[in-house]
Amino acid sequence: MIDEVRTMPAAVQPQLMRWSVVLPGLAALACALVLPQFANAYVTEVATTALLYIVLCLGLNIVVGYAGLLDLGYAAFFAVGAYTSGILTAEFGFNFWLTIPVAMATACVAGIIIGAPTLRLRSDYLAIVTLGFGEIVRIIARNLDITGGASGLVGIERPEIFGFKLMQVQHFYYAFLVLALLTAFVCLSIERSRMGRAWFYVRYDEDAAAGIGINRVTAKLQAYMMGAVIASVAGCLYAAKMTAISPESFTFNQSLLILLGVVLGGMGRIPGVVLGAILVALLPEVLRGAGTYRPLVTAVALLAIMLFRPNGLWPDKRV
Amino acid sequence: MALLEVRDLRLSFGGLKVLHDISFSVEKGVINSLIGPNGAGKTSLFNCLTGFYKPKGGSIHLGGRPIAGLPPHRITALGLARTFQNIRLFKEMTVLENAMSGQHCRSRHGIVSAILHLPAQRREEEAIRAAGMHWLDFVGIEQHAHRRAGGLSYGDQRRLELARALASAPELILLDEPAAGLNEREKLDLVHLIRRIRDETGITVLLIEHDMGLVMQVSEKIVVFDYGQKIADGPPEIVRADPRVIEAYLGTEE
Ligand SMILES: Nc1ncnc2c1ncn2[C@@H]1O[C@H](COP(=O)(O)OP(=O)(O)OP(=O)(O)O)[C@@H](O)[C@H]1O
Ligand SMILES: [Mg+2]
Repeated sequence: MIDEVRTMPAAVQPQLMRWSVVLPGLAALACALVLPQFANAYVTEVATTALLYIVLCLGLNIVVGYAGLLDLGYAAFFAVGAYTSGILTAEFGFNFWLTIPVAMATACVAGIIIGAPTLRLRSDYLAIVTLGFGEIVRIIARNLDITGGASGLVGIERPEIFGFKLMQVQHFYYAFLVLALLTAFVCLSIERSRMGRAWFYVRYDEDAAAGIGINRVTAKLQAYMMGAVIASVAGCLYAAKMTAISPESFTFNQSLLILLGVVLGGMGRIPGVVLGAILVALLPEVLRGAGTYRPLVTAVALLAIMLFRPNGLWPDKRV
Repeated sequence: MALLEVRDLRLSFGGLKVLHDISFSVEKGVINSLIGPNGAGKTSLFNCLTGFYKPKGGSIHLGGRPIAGLPPHRITALGLARTFQNIRLFKEMTVLENAMSGQHCRSRHGIVSAILHLPAQRREEEAIRAAGMHWLDFVGIEQHAHRRAGGLSYGDQRRLELARALASAPELILLDEPAAGLNEREKLDLVHLIRRIRDETGITVLLIEHDMGLVMQVSEKIVVFDYGQKIADGPPEIVRADPRVIEAYLGTEE
């Protein structure tokens, strides 16, 4: 039957967690685990970037894909995490791991400040306010002394775990792999829970959701804050990997790239978003050969996808 | 004390007065109908009762508590559920997920306990699912639980909207033209279902309906609107004989 839904969360249809889903997932995980053993430093570096984008895209997917809110300044929360962690380790000598909860809390507060007034309004306002927020965060980072100004923050400490210092690209590859798996687990858990369903209800029909007892403002705010927290954790690890960060890593372009990853693969469901994130990370590398034609090739590729697969390459079956 | 008490309710949009000093009450355990010609203000009254419109004046009490002006989700939590005149399902989600949505305001667990997979959260999820299935079974569409809601037949979509509203465990349920678009056989089933709601769950029903046959058959009390005013209310025999009601329906009768 055509109406049979095959991609429902397992809480709803546990019998659909088939091997056809689990096996390819396990195979991909196995490949990811052994990749640095076979790949050179360049490939590992690109793969690490892909993992970073997977985390960011999964986080933004909560806001855009689950709750249906258009966020054009997501990189701001990535910046909040990176600068919070960077400043605390470089200037105040904090242990890296302790900076993560601080960064999460900071992102939460920032999320409430931006979200609480705007999420009461129509959804279009959020796009404009988040766009502004993204720019404000970047401009503040450019102009404060504590953030290192336009040249950025340097001398960020490398994290240690059980006396082992994360140094090489492989170490960070595995750190980001753990973070990506953790993020996917978090997303799956929420997707199949009461609050996750509430986000989908609000996304599909706000009035009907309010009519059956969902507080749409709190639901949206929670999605927005959850996305913010995930970006901030990614920011912490990013700062530790780079040891130096500058405002130019957190531009509007960065926000757009993350959004592109979410939309490209097919927002809403995790596999599509992961695919989109990988493409966003790989595209610049693959198109290196295209030289000056790179922007043109990118634009044509994007247009083609939007024309022929408007719901993304690997869409949410529900859309 | 009446379950629902509406006093001098007024509503206007700009210069357009939609409801003029409406007063009526709904007794617990009674099947009530709200009738009136097109544009009489019936849906607008429902929207005031459920918090979608803010009335310009007057009061609404549910079980003795004032609810006028509260946001919709608070009113639902206080025990007032509704269906919509033009079906408003979450079409892209499954039938069961739609039914489960009603349980949102009756459950507690949030993001953190979902991430930690706390046993209490797992139990609550099970309870939400069970309640969803129960109400699908009650309206007779449990066999479609895992289908996409938008793919159901029109009649089944109406049933699902009913199941979703019932799943919020209301004291009073408002049905906006539940028989619209149904064939005669489905209308009979609906009458049967409305009676079962009252008899088996004790939930009080207030429905808007244009089909006079159905209204006379199912209601124990009828409120009649015309041009935003209440022109009559009482038991079906009395309302049917009321000259003002006959006048309002003259020429508009099917
Ligand atoms: N949001 C709104 N803005 C402006 N006018 C409105 C609004 N909602 C309702 N009205 C007006 O209020 C009046 C009553 O409409 P309402 O939908 O309540 O009627 P109804 O009795 O439900 O009619 P029907 O039987 O056709 O559903 C109409 O004149 C309508 O145009
Ligand atoms: Mg109406």
